[in-house]
Amino acid sequence: MIITLFIPCFVDLLYPCVGISIVQILEKLGHKIDFPEELNCCGQPAFNSGYWDEARLVALPVLRRLKNSEVVIIASGSCGAMLKVFYPQLFAGTEYEPAAKKLSARCWEFSDFLVTKLNMTDLGARFPHKVTFHDGCHALRELGVRESPRALLAKVRDLELVEMKEEVCCGFGGTFAVKFPMISSAMGEVKCAQAVETGAEFIVSNDSSCLMHIQGVADKQGKKLKTIHLAEVLTSQ
Amino acid sequence: MSSPVQQFKQAANVVAHDLQHRATIQTALEKYTVIRDQTRGAFRDYAAVRQAAAEIKWEAVNHLDKYLELFVSKLEARGAKVHWAGTGEQACEIILGVVREKKARSIIKSKTMTSEEIHLNEALELEGYEVVESDLGEFIVQLKKETPYHIVFPAMHLTRGEIKDLFNRKLAANTSDNPGELTMVARRVLRKKYINADIGLTGANFAIAETGMISITENEGNARLTAALPKTMITLLGLEKILPRLEDLALFLPMLATSGTGQPLTCYNTMYGGPRQPGEFDGPEELHVVLLDGRRTELLANAEQRDSLHCIRCGACLNVCPIFRNIGGHTYGTTYSGPIGSVITPHLRGLQGWKHLSVSSSLCGACTETCPVKIDLAHHLLQNRRDATAQKPARLWKLGFKFFAFIINRPAIYKLLAPLGRVGQKLHSPLKSTRLDPVYAWTKTREMPQIAPQTFREFWTNRK
Repeated sequence: MIITLFIPCFVDLLYPCVGISIVQILEKLGHKIDFPEELNCCGQPAFNSGYWDEARLVALPVLRRLKNSEVVIIASGSCGAMLKVFYPQLFAGTEYEPAAKKLSARCWEFSDFLVTKLNMTDLGARFPHKVTFHDGCHALRELGVRESPRALLAKVRDLELVEMKEEVCCGFGGTFAVKFPMISSAMGEVKCAQAVETGAEFIVSNDSSCLMHIQGVADKQGKKLKTIHLAEVLTSQ
Repeated sequence: MSSPVQQFKQAANVVAHDLQHRATIQTALEKYTVIRDQTRGAFRDYAAVRQAAAEIKWEAVNHLDKYLELFVSKLEARGAKVHWAGTGEQACEIILGVVREKKARSIIKSKTMTSEEIHLNEALELEGYEVVESDLGEFIVQLKKETPYHIVFPAMHLTRGEIKDLFNRKLAANTSDNPGELTMVARRVLRKKYINADIGLTGANFAIAETGMISITENEGNARLTAALPKTMITLLGLEKILPRLEDLALFLPMLATSGTGQPLTCYNTMYGGPRQPGEFDGPEELHVVLLDGRRTELLANAEQRDSLHCIRCGACLNVCPIFRNIGGHTYGTTYSGPIGSVITPHLRGLQGWKHLSVSSSLCGACTETCPVKIDLAHHLLQNRRDATAQKPARLWKLGFKFFAFIINRPAIYKLLAPLGRVGQKLHSPLKSTRLDPVYAWTKTREMPQIAPQTFREFWTNRK
């Protein structure tokens, strides 16, 4: 099938390997990638800050470009939740509401797409490390994606998964991280401590924005934690 | 005096970095989640039970007019006097009126957050009455002249060593930090207070419309003594506490206990239906019930956030909230802290003054996930943000987001971000984590990610 890939700005600029891995995986499975180069942001920063008019300025081109796509994969659980859950709210009562609802039904978080839609769990990857998995909160609680990434990790050769004791937020939260840095970094420190407790070498996640925060806190604290996106694990050999 | 937001940020700055506080609260609440999960597991189908609880509260709140009238008529039929209070001040005045009329001197109280909301203790003490909290946690924070730290665990932030010091200092107790011994100190003090009190003041966990009964649930038996010993009983409650039927308690009592403390059921569950009836030989001679609106009807009129009146004050959302865990209850500067407090305080006390509570959240949604009556807490935070900025936008942020939209929607300009960013990061390097750093809010505690040598879009273009 033709899969439209939405690559948000931070994946584009900071974590391109995540996008590249997703492309590799999907093409290997025989799908064709449609990449709308002109779309860089879903509008979540303005939306979460309460500026819904400004969020619509960013979201509307996304909606227009993607509304007829067969399937849209979003390379971040958080941006995925924006398209799937919050666009229908953002455009509620406007002429774009039907399009937002239609798009919502076709949006997928990457790992869930592989497992639920394509029924694929074994991608032939090998990653000989002890890892723990961090659920991006939006993927976990807005999109309800909990089992899919774990199903994928379970099939990675030589990988050992050790769960953290709680599914707790890493503290990023977009503009929250700079509006209330003391709370955000304390949350990051708690997250890192829980990850260290597992004895894992890597924290794997389905959201690069969380990993950016966790790695930032871990590096500042001199903790030997490495972060890696699930898609990169799935293309490792 | 500093504004609520300044006070919040100052307190958050101190508490979030207090590692002793972090260890105390994390440990306590991690234990809570383990026990809570065990107890939830004892339900045959917890998800179904939660759905049923949400639906019953929906029914109660959406037919509040009908159920309140029924509740009041049943109570009055048994001789209780019901008072309607529009505001907190009115509720205080009504209670003061009863206290004056009874020529009371001493008032014993069981746990009631609603009385914290209306600042009842201050109002009573201002007129020279003695007010004594009988819930152990509340007794401790009252001695310490603090407000409750948590709506269910008011003294959870204190170690037993701190409580020992407090008792020895304030009560001349000469006790060790043994919990049993500490409890006995409080018990000795409180027994005398019950006997001497002229008035017993309670809150309510549920108000049963069908039978006109007040349900109080507690672990120490202090609410029973508070209600039963003094001649006059006053019960203060928010008007959202209604449940339609008596049988609803079969669901809500275990639900409240499970969510609140992880107990299958709280130790003492009592229903009060009125003052002493003819032929009965104990119980209060008079029962006054004060029903508080306190801007709850404004929330009732708000279709989007009406479900926040479902709240049964179990504290479950506080317990799982990573913000609450890191900044603690007192930082909020409100009666109701944690996610539910951040949702309702802007409605109860004013949106512009308290909007920062809705902003200081990563929107992780742990609150929504755990709420036993399915209040859409995380999304209500977003709605409060939207309403606050619509009412009074911060010009710089609004302009910033417009500028952001301008750039992000123009691929030719966006393309320049990567090369510009790479240069910017080189220039930024000597300033990093210093006070001159423009992104100090990030770099003070976190390293910056680097812009990749090749962006995804560059990769895609090269590939074509």
